[in-house]
Amino acid sequence: MLSRSDPKLSANIVRTAGGARVDLVMVADMVVRGAKVLDVGCGDGELLRLLSERRDVDGRGIELSREGVNECVAKGLAVVQGDADTDLGDYPDDAFDYVILSQTLQATRQPRVVLEHMLRIGRHAIVSFPNFGHWSVRLQLMFAGHMPRTEILPYSWYDTPNIHHCTIKDFVQLCTAIGVKMEKSVALNAWGSPLRLNAPWWFWNLFGQQAVFLLSRKS
Amino acid sequence: MDEVTSSLPEAPDSVREADAPRDSALAHFGNDQPLKLDAGVSLSPFQIAYRTYGALNAERSNAVLICHALTGDQHVVGTHPVTKKSGWWETLVGPGKPVDTDRYFVICSNVVGGCMGTSGPASINPATGKPWGLEFPVITIRDMVRAQAMLLDHLGIDTLFAVVGGSMGGMQVLQWAESYPERVFAALPIACATRHSAQNIAFHEVGRQAIMADPEWRGGRYHLEGTNPRRGLAVARMGAHITYLSDAALHRKFGRKFQDRENPTFSFDADFQVESYLRHQGISFVERFDANSYLYLTRAMDYFDLAADHNGVLANAFRGAPTRFCVISFTSDWLFPTSESRAIVHALNASSARVSFAEIVSDKGHDAFLLDEPEMFGIVRGFLDGASKARGLKSTKAV
Repeated sequence: MLSRSDPKLSANIVRTAGGARVDLVMVADMVVRGAKVLDVGCGDGELLRLLSERRDVDGRGIELSREGVNECVAKGLAVVQGDADTDLGDYPDDAFDYVILSQTLQATRQPRVVLEHMLRIGRHAIVSFPNFGHWSVRLQLMFAGHMPRTEILPYSWYDTPNIHHCTIKDFVQLCTAIGVKMEKSVALNAWGSPLRLNAPWWFWNLFGQQAVFLLSRKS
Repeated sequence: MDEVTSSLPEAPDSVREADAPRDSALAHFGNDQPLKLDAGVSLSPFQIAYRTYGALNAERSNAVLICHALTGDQHVVGTHPVTKKSGWWETLVGPGKPVDTDRYFVICSNVVGGCMGTSGPASINPATGKPWGLEFPVITIRDMVRAQAMLLDHLGIDTLFAVVGGSMGGMQVLQWAESYPERVFAALPIACATRHSAQNIAFHEVGRQAIMADPEWRGGRYHLEGTNPRRGLAVARMGAHITYLSDAALHRKFGRKFQDRENPTFSFDADFQVESYLRHQGISFVERFDANSYLYLTRAMDYFDLAADHNGVLANAFRGAPTRFCVISFTSDWLFPTSESRAIVHALNASSARVSFAEIVSDKGHDAFLLDEPEMFGIVRGFLDGASKARGLKSTKAV
């Protein structure tokens, strides 16, 4: 599973003037104040800290890498070592207000099962992922003829932890298939700016480098 | 085994320590304050020996209870009165250490059933004026915790900032969180489990049988008859000690190296270094520990099963617990493997408790929790720092 403490990734990620990662700020903005949040694949705890500072949340994390967990616990965050693919089943229904999967979906073995668990454990789910439908990805495969490497997908095909790439369109289709409600969605371009809200899906799919979705169960 | 025990002093210091411990404070509980035991009887009167380090703040909110392991005692830091060695958790506890005695008021008591000043089978039964021996009631982990709670009442401490312990100490930490959730702000169970496994019970039984097979044990009446089952206790300790280590640690430390010789003697002398080491462990243990206490404390661990107290549903043991938990395990611990710690974490998740969990890479086996493990120190320090912020701990000035 991709860990957000990954130096390869964080070196290329866009940050705000305050130093916070733009995509994480987008995620944090979707969470209501004081909520109970589970961050799946929480890396070194950057999002949990942001959520606690900006949103005063009661945050928990799951992280696969030992280094990430130790770093989080040493910061005073409540984080357990575990794997999104196997450990979400241990959490009871409705245990959290939000379950967040940030930049980790593409590294899970069973994205659909993970997403279903997230919406069982939490009333809301927030998912952010790099969009494999971005024009630069498409062009690399079409013209260079090799597996695409971008700022937020910095790995070679043989050593990538990302095994289930998807496009914004694919993800929307998955959400439809498992019957979840999309409450909010934001696509960010390569400079970390949100795309026009009223842009059509095909535009997002082509020009969004990453996307953030706020989902909830269809009641 | 003659060679092993021949150099032992005739009257172990532990016999003296059992009733009149040096360097420890004593809390006496009279007949008006009986300790109600799981076995269905009460212990009364009884005493608890303990040590404290650091100062209690004005709000009485910075107390940290350290729970010792099977063969540990209250001498966490400082010179041990019997062995003259330094305290068993000197690596973790002290000024500026992860459990910082400049910030926290650290308390450690000898458990009930022990032999370092808290009432146990080696101490004098007030009713008869003779050592309890096997007349001492069988105790459980919950009884130990109940006694600790009485000690805290005695000290005027309502809520503990943290309860910290490894192995049997970790069991006590979990029991604290189950029995007195409102009295425990933060819990740090290390290298432990919510139940003692069949394999662990089996190891303990081998140790107990070694003690009981010693002719000097005399049905547990050795204090009265002026004997001491040193051989049995030494063998029990040797067997148990192997389970505290790992194959890798033993190999690194000793390999197949010979002790003080070039070639094997073709006898049953301690040719190998690892044999000498184990014999030394056995001998030094007998000097400070009482054989009957070993029987009682191993039994207490065997009986421990938190889930069983909640119809087999472990999560119910912690339901609604306000306590923050930090569970730590070690990769090479085969006595309390990581899977046991994960079971604790799953239960805590299911009960919606605030829990952290880390597995530390170490090839030193179960004993890693007592050794120099920087990663563990970082986690303990970070967890306690975070909890102290949440608790709003400010003043560490003495009352």
